[in-house]
Amino acid sequence: MAKQSNEKVLEVRHLNKKYGETVVLPDFNFEVQRGEVVVLLGPSGCGKSTFLRCLNGLEEIQAGEIKLNGQIINADATKWHVVRQKIGMVFQSYDLFPHMTILENILLGPIKAQGRDRLEVLQQAEKLLERVGLLDKKEAYPSQLSGGQKQRIAIIRALCMNPEIMLFDEVTASLDPEMVREVLDVMLELAQAGMTMVIVTHEMGFAKAAADRVIFIDQGQIIEEATPELFFTSPKSERAKKFLNIFKFNEQVS
Amino acid sequence: MDFNFMSASIPLYIKAAKMTLDLAVWGILSSLIIGFICALIGYYKIKILDKIVRIYIELSRNTPLLIQLFFLYYGLAKLGIKLEAYTCAILGLAFLGGSYMSEAFRAGLEAVSKIQIESGLSIGLTRWQLTRYIILPQAFAVAVPALGANAIFLLKETSVVSAIALADLMFVAKDLIGMYYKTTEALVLLVLAYLILLLPISIFLTYIERRVRHAGVGN
Repeated sequence: MAKQSNEKVLEVRHLNKKYGETVVLPDFNFEVQRGEVVVLLGPSGCGKSTFLRCLNGLEEIQAGEIKLNGQIINADATKWHVVRQKIGMVFQSYDLFPHMTILENILLGPIKAQGRDRLEVLQQAEKLLERVGLLDKKEAYPSQLSGGQKQRIAIIRALCMNPEIMLFDEVTASLDPEMVREVLDVMLELAQAGMTMVIVTHEMGFAKAAADRVIFIDQGQIIEEATPELFFTSPKSERAKKFLNIFKFNEQVS
Repeated sequence: MDFNFMSASIPLYIKAAKMTLDLAVWGILSSLIIGFICALIGYYKIKILDKIVRIYIELSRNTPLLIQLFFLYYGLAKLGIKLEAYTCAILGLAFLGGSYMSEAFRAGLEAVSKIQIESGLSIGLTRWQLTRYIILPQAFAVAVPALGANAIFLLKETSVVSAIALADLMFVAKDLIGMYYKTTEALVLLVLAYLILLLPISIFLTYIERRVRHAGVGN
């Protein structure tokens, strides 16, 4: 896809993350260009989700630097709330606020955190809701929605902040199979519209379709980095081959 | 039963019920304020203050209200601090209720899940905004039943203040028994008086619980 420029949105140098004595990410280096879609793959516990959480300060890092648009963002812990307005994140579990309507969920960040005009945000929110076909649910509460609908709203909630980059942490992992598609479609459309995205997923078909670059991680280290065509057809490392085989088996069985 | 005696005593009970209600309202309101502040101190682990709160809660929950009242009314008087019975009663109820309310609020705060907090943070909310828009509304919804139970508990506990000569419902009933030996009549009226005070509150609380249920944690 020829949409990306040579402008680095996110740059990570020598990131080190430990939980007590356990090293999760020894020395992680990573960058994303504007408009690029990067998919992080790897076995459970390899550190890919932790890495994503480090990017918006949900996890404290022990060493290294994270730059957003060339500016170091991890130096001052008290500024994270400002940085997070530019980094959208969607989680695995449905994370909508149960005590607010769908519309209130979406408007909270833009109005309270960003201090934007209510009417302007409302128009944007309704446009986004229409785009994912959920405008009629705007007055509903999250408990009235299906898992797939909730995840689409969670994506919109992040999008309405006009982020520079979107992070997706296994957003389809706890969905019923028939709802996975509707969420992936929204993400695919976003990718095609030029959003910069970093995605942790186990949906191989989606990774093939949406990714500009695939990064395979094991034990906190980047083992392989390639275009999806190359990675899925001829992985170089043994670990990646083994990893992909497990999924091939799953696909054949199902 | 002497119904003439009973109807003649009703005005006395109404007057006493006003005292009981007065004590309960101020006792419950101050308990809620104390409890709310203590719970936040504990939840956010504010240094030193959280230790003080812990000591207060243990002291308050593990001593009877009667003893607390005696200490305030007679004990402090010996030290030269003379407080009116009415003041002592409200202080005592607030001291006792504050810890119960604190634990109820605390349970609500602890029930707010990590993912809710992280979601709030990830849309760029400050700590204060997170508390105001996400944590408190959800915590409150969880805490309401316990807060309500505590309010009813405190209203019933006001019956103890007759021990320091405040003319509440209990005091009037004991008075009538002492003066006229109309034990059954006085006690029936006493039970009825508490029921009349408490039933509407119970019904109101059930209604509130239903209203806030959709705001509860999880789906």
